Amino acid sequence: MADDAIRCDACPVLCYIKPGRTGSCDRYGNHEGKLVRLDPHVVLDRALERGESVVPFLERNRDWDGTLVSHNDTFVTAIGAGTTYPDYKPAPFIISSQVDGVDMVTVVTEGIFSYCGVKVKIDTDRHLGAECSTVRSHGEAVGHVTTSEYGSQMLSLGGVRHLTGGSRQEGTATCDALLRLCNGKPVDLTIDDGAKVVVQAGTAPIVDGVQEERMRVGCGSATIGMFAKQWFGKVDEVVVVDDHITGVLSEHQAGKLLGVSETGIKLKGRRSTPGRYFQVAEPGTSWGGTNIDDPLSILGKFNAKKAWPGLRLLMVSTTGEHFAYFELDEDLKPNERELPAHLRESVARIKENCEPALCTVLFMGGAGGSLRAGVTENPVRLTNSVRDALTRVTCGGAPVYIWPGGGITFMADVTRMPQNAFGYVPTPALVAPIEFTLKLSDYAQLGGYLENVRPLGSIVAESEKRHRVTAHSDNPWPLQSQALTKRK
Amino acid sequence: MAVTIASTDEEKMSRRAHIRLLPDGRHLHLQDGPIDMILEAFGEASEVAQAYCAATARFETVLDELCADLVYLRQPCCTEEAWPGGSVARRMTAAVMPYAAEYFVTPMAAVAGAVAEEILASMVAASNLSRAYVNDGGDIAFHLSDEEKFVIGMVDRPDRPSLFGTTIVSASDLVRGIATSGWRGRSFSLGIADAVTVLADRAAAADAAATIIANAVNLPGHPAIVCVPACDLAPDSDLGDRLVTQQVGALSSAEIDEALASGVATAEKLVRIGLIRAAALNLQGVTRVAGMQPASLASTLSDERVLVHA
Repeated sequence: MADDAIRCDACPVLCYIKPGRTGSCDRYGNHEGKLVRLDPHVVLDRALERGESVVPFLERNRDWDGTLVSHNDTFVTAIGAGTTYPDYKPAPFIISSQVDGVDMVTVVTEGIFSYCGVKVKIDTDRHLGAECSTVRSHGEAVGHVTTSEYGSQMLSLGGVRHLTGGSRQEGTATCDALLRLCNGKPVDLTIDDGAKVVVQAGTAPIVDGVQEERMRVGCGSATIGMFAKQWFGKVDEVVVVDDHITGVLSEHQAGKLLGVSETGIKLKGRRSTPGRYFQVAEPGTSWGGTNIDDPLSILGKFNAKKAWPGLRLLMVSTTGEHFAYFELDEDLKPNERELPAHLRESVARIKENCEPALCTVLFMGGAGGSLRAGVTENPVRLTNSVRDALTRVTCGGAPVYIWPGGGITFMADVTRMPQNAFGYVPTPALVAPIEFTLKLSDYAQLGGYLENVRPLGSIVAESEKRHRVTAHSDNPWPLQSQALTKRK
Repeated sequence: MAVTIASTDEEKMSRRAHIRLLPDGRHLHLQDGPIDMILEAFGEASEVAQAYCAATARFETVLDELCADLVYLRQPCCTEEAWPGGSVARRMTAAVMPYAAEYFVTPMAAVAGAVAEEILASMVAASNLSRAYVNDGGDIAFHLSDEEKFVIGMVDRPDRPSLFGTTIVSASDLVRGIATSGWRGRSFSLGIADAVTVLADRAAAADAAATIIANAVNLPGHPAIVCVPACDLAPDSDLGDRLVTQQVGALSSAEIDEALASGVATAEKLVRIGLIRAAALNLQGVTRVAGMQPASLASTLSDERVLVHA
């Protein structure tokens, strides 16, 4: 072949497939010169979750007893369902299936979300950027740094202003970054006057080229509280260096209770309460999320009235990643020594108690608008039904948190959805799956499109465009909700 | 459609054909390469079991047999001496032979129907069934014993499945095959029909006829129609450098009528000479019927699907 067609050897037909095309099966395609498998419409299958490839038929060494078993183990997700417009048209798939003797309906659609974004939690103490700093992808503003949380820096990305309120490039870059993050792909983000960070849902962040290993065990003060007993008697003073709250053992309540004597140590920064110091250094990507490489730089001179030659000092970061051990000489100057074996254990313990650092990505979108009209002729009733917990909302089969207040604004963990659950339209906006599951009788009551309800069997039977995936083992089965048995 | 990297090596190591009972416990799913079928048999449980065993046994070698004859099957058929050896390949050849003199057609035009027919034949031969069908990607072979019937739904947009009509086929109708062809389907079409559904005595015959009729629904040279040589899309296509439809813009109602009229004329000719029983032709929401006219065949549902905005 003179062109860049590739030969597919997935089956004996041996199709030659041109770039961007599929073979005769529609299952395999040539994607930029590589043979890839295409994902048709996703049908979540509980059988797969149990490690089976759907229902095995006629195993070689076993005769079939002729029984025709029936399962309720298939849930159709909205992924690949397509969407409808104008909005008064019924959603692409309104599926009925029997669950525990009750006729259930799942309205499956893919929504175009202009009002959407992601909240990114990056488990790191390292300073990524000041609050409100602009976060960029490919040089375009795609979001900002928001208030940090426990052991984590938070980014708020996307949203209607970046998607549609700025330049064309800004919208496209935002949509692209959101799509990649939601589909579990890595994205390079740059924070104005801050760090470069590679974010990928479910994996460790990479900050300025360094992969983050661990999440802090606690703030500096909390670390003192947790490990004071283990240090007592083995070392005279411990400083846990933390950009937020640096802890000092001898001054800390935990040290006092144990009877640790004063050491005459002098910390830079602002004392909050005994043994707790703020702003001992500038934020950064080194020791405990500060900018220091030399821990002694946060100490002043030891008080000669209290300190003594030979005083043993341990300095450690909140993750145990950085540590140094000193002993005071005759002039009460700290001299670095090798960390004694009996202290090495406590540093290792800090590390051990730090959870692995992860990036987590929550998709957040609002279905308060006209998407509801694809589900029912009376959209507000759907909102009310969700509020009353008669209707369960899922996103690609993943559970969602519905934000209180008006509309159906929800958050969902993208790692709990099947692969490549998200798409986009050039508007630009994200296309996300959304499913509403409720009792058939409730669906009728809220003005549903009963004439468009199709039995699950008819969807499953059209297997050509359906793709079965394993249900995520952490997700509750969408059709099995306590909410659905609850009655007002 | 989302793209993921294939784990092809892993799949090749396992048995290639996928044979499984769907979770409802009634439908058997058979898939091997481009062949993807759902079948269902009705009757005593033991008879159904026997039928499914027979279908499975027959299915396992079908793709290999077809591939052995692939070079022959991709050429226009002309002489009777050169018939291939495989039974599915022979069903395909027989189905397209009536068109060979007048139209460009290769036995591949009947491949889906012929495979469905072959599997159904193996089931009916092995067991006593009241009803059975084998649906090979929309090309369906079925079996009906006395007084039995099937309700069949028709879909014009396989990318957006919804019914544009239904039809009822009874044992006395003699129809045992249904096939649908159109430019939106998996195979290339020379015409612009969204869907041409044909009822015929055999599935392979319906398949071939649907291809011929769908090709005839056309407005050659119309600026709204985007055509590309088949070989530019699929180098090994049996259609060579013939222009296949890739996109059809909005047409006026007069243009839709004109295109459909050309297809209906072809369909009526095929009905007259006994190659098919009926055909339903669908183009941009308009349906025309040729041959027998069950009222239900023309009943249409709207299917204007674009996008929902949140």
